[in-house]
Amino acid sequence: MLAEINDPEVPVLSVVDLGIIRDIRINPDPTGAGRDEVEIVITPTYNGCPAMDTIRMNIRMMMLARGYANVKLTTVLSPAWTTDWMSEKGKEKLLEYGIAPPLPVQQVCHPGLFRMEEAIPCPRCRSYHTERISEFGSTACKALYRCKDCGEPFDYFKCH
Amino acid sequence: MAAPSHIEYSLFLADNALILGHRNSEWTGHGPILEQDIALSNIALDLIGQARWLYQHAARLCNESGAATRVTEDSLAYGRDSWDFRNCLLVEQANGDWGKTILRQFLFSAWQYYYFGALRWSRDGDLAAVAEKSVKEVTYHLRWSSEWVIRLGDGTAESHERMVRAVDQLWRFTGELFVPAPYELDLISSGIAVDPASVKDQWMQKVGEVFTEAQLTASAFSATPAIYPAGGGKKGVHTEQLGYLLAEMQFLQRAYPNCEW
Repeated sequence: MLAEINDPEVPVLSVVDLGIIRDIRINPDPTGAGRDEVEIVITPTYNGCPAMDTIRMNIRMMMLARGYANVKLTTVLSPAWTTDWMSEKGKEKLLEYGIAPPLPVQQVCHPGLFRMEEAIPCPRCRSYHTERISEFGSTACKALYRCKDCGEPFDYFKCH
Repeated sequence: MAAPSHIEYSLFLADNALILGHRNSEWTGHGPILEQDIALSNIALDLIGQARWLYQHAARLCNESGAATRVTEDSLAYGRDSWDFRNCLLVEQANGDWGKTILRQFLFSAWQYYYFGALRWSRDGDLAAVAEKSVKEVTYHLRWSSEWVIRLGDGTAESHERMVRAVDQLWRFTGELFVPAPYELDLISSGIAVDPASVKDQWMQKVGEVFTEAQLTASAFSATPAIYPAGGGKKGVHTEQLGYLLAEMQFLQRAYPNCEW
């Protein structure tokens, strides 16, 4: 069911593809009246991700529509989200959508200066001849790149 | 029940993030080029995100210790006055030019990088989680601001001169970061707070490396972070800059209490 909830900022990805659903628990009703609680544990991609409120609301609405009135949404910060948790299907969807997915071998941002990360292939022509324009892109989770072969500017879902 | 120092410590961490986040957000729409406008706005977003977790934590501690009125993250951000804020003086300083904004970010991010690195082992699991989450974002802030300090310091005569001026304006606010406030002293032995003196050497080394590469060592930079004599933001004695910032940031909640949209 949760695979139907999309990230409002990267609508090709579901919250399951993103890897932000950490746990789902059924908490038995302590009064024994059978109104068990469904607890969904989520984690943000970035601290200030403005999509989180919308995602929480959409999950609640969908659960309600499917007859689950007693839903609890818990947000956890630890362990911190990493692009490793993104599904392979999610990475393929990103590429099709024109966003370079995080590289399979994760390199967490290093404080070393003027260090380029591994070359990021252009999602349009697959060329590795690309350059980083800015470490920060249109949303917190992306960086801005440009392909030097086909000239396409593109977003890279950056290592994290 | 949380000790008052525990609440104050959480506010110190939250206020740092909120005030610098707000300062950076003043650049949104005014950055020198689009990419850097976006970069600084992203950093602002990360910081305000941190601030929210930390204020929620502080509010929980306040309410658990039986505060007379219910405290929320919003009442803490918008309902306190200058003397209640515990942020360091560095983050409240006005933006000035791009060079000063960059330098303020660099000095703070370098501190936050090492300080949050250590806070990940805090006995307060919530603070440790915020630190673990934030340090990944701060790594980006540190790298981005370091590169800009070097680009400008080792750039043109004009950009170099402006960076020297920025160091002159901001260096005096760095010492405070490494001197524990009373609430920190209270919490260090119980493993909740990080001893700020313990990250000083790493910070000095990082700043020294970047300043050397940026040709900025002949500025107000010295081997010891300087203490601003008239006050201390961590103790609630602020420069006048904070008042103007709060007047703007809190205006709506002051004029229309609890307004939502």
